[in-house]
Amino acid sequence: MQRTTILAAAAALLALAVAPLRAQQDTTRGVRIGLTYQPGTKPGVVVLPIEGPWGDSVQTILQRDFDFGDRIEVLGQTNATALASRGSINYGVWKTMGAAALVQVTLANGTARVSVHDVAARRVAEARDFPLSATPGSEDWRMAVHGIADEVERWITGVRGIAETRVLYVRGGRVYVIDSDGYGERALSQGGTALSPTWDPSGRYVAYSQFGSRGTSIVVRDLASASTRTLTTTPGGLNITPAFTPDGKSIVYAHGEEDGTDLYLAPAFGGGPARRITVGRGTDNVSPSFAPDGSRLAFTSGRAGHPEVYTADVDGSNVELLTPFNFGDQNYRSNPDWSPDGRLIAFQSRIDGNFQIMTITLRDRTVKQLTSEGVNEDPSWAPDGRHLVFTSSRTGVKELFVLDAESGRARQLTHGAGARLAAWSRVLGHAF
Amino acid sequence: MTGKTRLVPAVLIGIVALAACGKKQAPAPAPAPAPENADSLAREQARRDSIARAEQARQDSIARAQAEADRQRAAREAAMKALTQVIYFDFDSDVLSDEAKSALDAKIPVLNANTAVKIRIAGNTDERGSDEYNLALGQRRAASAKRYLSQHGIAEDRIDVISFGEERPAAQGHDESAWSQNRRDEFEVTAGGDNIQAPQQ
Repeated sequence: MQRTTILAAAAALLALAVAPLRAQQDTTRGVRIGLTYQPGTKPGVVVLPIEGPWGDSVQTILQRDFDFGDRIEVLGQTNATALASRGSINYGVWKTMGAAALVQVTLANGTARVSVHDVAARRVAEARDFPLSATPGSEDWRMAVHGIADEVERWITGVRGIAETRVLYVRGGRVYVIDSDGYGERALSQGGTALSPTWDPSGRYVAYSQFGSRGTSIVVRDLASASTRTLTTTPGGLNITPAFTPDGKSIVYAHGEEDGTDLYLAPAFGGGPARRITVGRGTDNVSPSFAPDGSRLAFTSGRAGHPEVYTADVDGSNVELLTPFNFGDQNYRSNPDWSPDGRLIAFQSRIDGNFQIMTITLRDRTVKQLTSEGVNEDPSWAPDGRHLVFTSSRTGVKELFVLDAESGRARQLTHGAGARLAAWSRVLGHAF
Repeated sequence: MTGKTRLVPAVLIGIVALAACGKKQAPAPAPAPAPENADSLAREQARRDSIARAEQARQDSIARAQAEADRQRAAREAAMKALTQVIYFDFDSDVLSDEAKSALDAKIPVLNANTAVKIRIAGNTDERGSDEYNLALGQRRAASAKRYLSQHGIAEDRIDVISFGEERPAAQGHDESAWSQNRRDEFEVTAGGDNIQAPQQ
């Protein structure tokens, strides 16, 4: 009795203490600051030791992929070897350790036989053979192991992981690509000044803008053949910020000469003229991002006198201001990226002079601030619609960081100053 | 008449003296008598003066030419400087300030005096905005200066515009003093720049 009274009093005090704080946070219109990270709500998973020459590598990659996915709690290995070596699985012991699932992998003849044990049910819940034919340690092999991690994550959580993906970005004027776990970084373009790389939906093609003597052009690179092609639909002037349509056949990009910059739609691989989408009347309209169903696109426009994020139909009609602003408000909001589930748009907004990453829901326009440390720019969603990659100056130089928008957990993806303008791929079923 | 009568004996003496020299192979005579010396010194002086005058005239002419060349070079340099003078903008703006307009006004006579000259205007921004939006803003800044020049009679086909956004800062800092130097249009002569003529005053 006495104990419950004390608890109730404590709860009341806590409520009093919390109430003003909440009120203060709510004064910024529509902005909710503060993140809720709740470890312990994620299923605990143990990756059992894997035998064979590359077993340790596979185990390490799987554990790191689960950890980076933020949906699984990877449990430590204290007695894992001893427990595993007994041959049969002692579910009771694993349950005591807090494990919900065990991942068991056997490597043989270019195949990984993967089983997932449901500890509570004391049985194998899923099992499958995955081909691992590529040279162990190679880029393709790593991507294949990431594919295993993603599928196992789907078995355990119901949502496919995002390890089998890559991120494009720019450093020193060149386009780079890096695996989602920070490995396999390599330059794609040589020299010059390249900006704003983007993926086609299949992951085979990459488009970016490239400076030239007469202006900027859109370059489409085939990763399978390493050949490039320049879009010639609007030669000269500014041709920047490409985005593939969800069917992969066309590219929307911003083109400007002497009367503002507008969005145009052109066939990605030739065969027709460009069609103008926006009518900016001398203002700047750039950085398009498609809704997953391809019905609408979000973009940055200066049509109200300062940059804000708008949405429009793909033919340019039905333009709507997405990010709220008050009359006379000189804020700066830009670089939208539509989430793969269609619910949210991430963008950057200037807060106290620095850009921060925000999201806005399309249903009720609730705005949420995700970053506060340093300058944070150019968000791009992972295929799970939960993680974002963006440029951050929090280390003192521009680097790419990955943020779990749900837990607020961030990790540094690149290690080399000046990385920016990131674009996260879709799930790459096949590595190019 | 008097000059002539005086000259005759002098000539005669001279001839005698020459004859004597020829005959006797005598050593050189003593220096010429005073009156004759005075005359030749004057002539020598006159000759020197003449040479000096000519030299002076030559020097003066060179100096004048040099001064003219200097003046022309200075005028050409001033013309080139006016032509390539950078103009600056406010944050997130392509509006030409009065200062920017007078800098553009100074380019107009130079462009009119040098019809073969073509220029490229490069629009630039500071680092604060969106990297991508800044490319469009830089383009708008370059176009803004081009529009002003063409409204003042400069043929549009003589002016190219390009944007470098925030990719090519003039100043490297991360404060307003650097930013204000980076929000700019640069003017580059792309043709006909080898022999820029100053506009006639």
